[in-house]
Amino acid sequence: MRAFLTIGRVLGLSALAAVPSAVMAAGAIEGEAVRQPTNWTAIGMFAVFVVLTLFITKWAAGRTKSAADFYTAGGGITGFQNGLAIAGDYMSAASFLGISAAVMASGFDGLIYSIGFLVGWPILTFLMAERLRNLGKFTFADVAAFRFEQTPVRMFAAISTLVVVAFYLIAQMVGAGQLIKLLFGLEYWVAVVIVGGLMMIYVLFGGMTATTWVQIIKACLLLGGASFMAFMVMSAYGFSFERLFAESVRIKTDIATGAGQAPDEAATAGRSIMGPGNFVKDPISAISFGMALMFGTAGLPHILMRFFTVPSAKEARKSVMWATVWIGYFYMLTFIIGFGAITFVLTNPAFLEGGVLGAPLIGGNNMAAVHLANAVGGNIFLGFISAVAFATILAVVAGLTLSGASAVSHDIYATVVRKGHADSAAELRVSRITVLALGVVTVLLGILFEKQNIAFMVSLAFAVAASANFPVLFLSLLWSGMTTRGAVIGGFLGLISSVVLTVLSPSVWEATLGNEAGSAPFPYTSPALFSMTLAFLGIWLFSVTDKSRRAAIDKAGYVPQQIRSETGIGAAAASAH
Amino acid sequence: MLDPMLQRIASNPNYNELRTRRLRFGWTLTIAMLIVYYGFVLLVAFGKQTLATPIGDGVMTWGIPIGFGVILFTIVVTAIYVLRANREYDDLTDRIKREALK
Repeated sequence: MRAFLTIGRVLGLSALAAVPSAVMAAGAIEGEAVRQPTNWTAIGMFAVFVVLTLFITKWAAGRTKSAADFYTAGGGITGFQNGLAIAGDYMSAASFLGISAAVMASGFDGLIYSIGFLVGWPILTFLMAERLRNLGKFTFADVAAFRFEQTPVRMFAAISTLVVVAFYLIAQMVGAGQLIKLLFGLEYWVAVVIVGGLMMIYVLFGGMTATTWVQIIKACLLLGGASFMAFMVMSAYGFSFERLFAESVRIKTDIATGAGQAPDEAATAGRSIMGPGNFVKDPISAISFGMALMFGTAGLPHILMRFFTVPSAKEARKSVMWATVWIGYFYMLTFIIGFGAITFVLTNPAFLEGGVLGAPLIGGNNMAAVHLANAVGGNIFLGFISAVAFATILAVVAGLTLSGASAVSHDIYATVVRKGHADSAAELRVSRITVLALGVVTVLLGILFEKQNIAFMVSLAFAVAASANFPVLFLSLLWSGMTTRGAVIGGFLGLISSVVLTVLSPSVWEATLGNEAGSAPFPYTSPALFSMTLAFLGIWLFSVTDKSRRAAIDKAGYVPQQIRSETGIGAAAASAH
Repeated sequence: MLDPMLQRIASNPNYNELRTRRLRFGWTLTIAMLIVYYGFVLLVAFGKQTLATPIGDGVMTWGIPIGFGVILFTIVVTAIYVLRANREYDDLTDRIKREALK
């Protein structure tokens, strides 16, 4: 039981929502973390990262003159660089610490999570990446609204973007506060203010150029650090998975025996890490949750925005290929790191509360990778991994903030309010004001939500992205019969139903609002199966019944849009500044 | 009313060939990915025993290579699409553009 809840709470996913809330009191990133002694090595390493990224921001600021520089780094990022940046945008601290902790706790179940986070990338590649690049300029709304009436579709896309960004940002902020309290021994609010402040500096002055390089550096540090840990673990077992797994099963069996289980029960408990446990409660939840992760990935506004930073469709394709390679590789590493934590951390009294075998980890299970860093690389490497975890959060929140700011300045201000006649300088000014506002609001919400159970927020962000952004974007690209009315009504149906069903699901209804277990009106883990269906049906129904004059224009716009999306003719202008 | 250049592209047999080929390839790989992933999810839901069965005499179970297999499959299909698109489709696209702008 505990195992799942660690996964759920750390990743901010609500798969385990039906677990009684008393048990949910454990957990670290989103639970209340115990403040650790101040770690000066970690703070020193982090200071080096900050100084380096501030120099990059200064350099980037000199190159950020127009709105295009601010949103897309002038379109001059290569596919390889963008692939690393996408990976840096996507691999959060929760997936590094959370998935390795989940693997340590329950073995194979952690792998099921990782796979869900990876499988959206091919879909994005095959059906959307190059079309996005050929049609879009700054935001995914450029693409979704391409042939439709601008005001309603833009407003929908901007609202949906802000909803996704808001939930994702709050989850990251609260996670950051808890994590930093744990790793650096700083006060919660100090940690939140540092993250918010640095994020505002990167985005305000350096725009997309600085954000991209922060993400690239972070991706390299994270991949390098995780590779070293996995290498050290594997080398201790002669690079034999069989030996690593055999040792892990033996240790898990010993711990179960120590907890007073009978020998055959203990043996079953030990072997349970080698196969699926109770991750899947019912098939509908499993499929619905899988859909949220898969199609949510293809609808996250801060990820979609990254496709406009490359100069051509070719580079856009290369970006996703590299992103998939790095993210897939990273999830394989976290699996090895999780098993390494079983053999190196669970057996070492120095990392266990009270020094007793079988006791929880000092600082909570999310510390699995951090303690392992200490075990395989000593105090210096521990500091390095802690600093990397902090850098990871910064890179993710910077990307989110930029995406939220572009929805306000480019979609709402420049397109809806000024009808496309805003000059670049005014648009840039609005972006920067939005960054400031978003930064301040996020810090305040982060502090406000410190003690709240916000485990549902990341899964809600994925569910909204899958149910609102993805259907509208996907059908606008591939279905000629879609109209403005269908896009707006269907999109809002997906947005509202995914939020409402999440509130009615156990993770919010019981775990956050405190209603009694089993009382949630919507029994499943994730709303995506239902809310995505509703969005697709809504778009279809309100498009085919739409006989307005606008509908005729929308449909006539499909062929020109299709030719541009597939050949790139006319797209060069989008990135030529 | 399509502008004449778009009209030329729309009626260019090369463009229609590019479109059909790319759509067919993209959808084939998409469906393969959906089958592999949801097949895996259903196996986790209904075939727990299969995944937890040891491969040989040791502790290694079928679940581990199958799980890693899904990760590798994801990376490989993405790479196959991108490598083919960047060679074949881009050449065809360039030809269509040259013909349209003549």
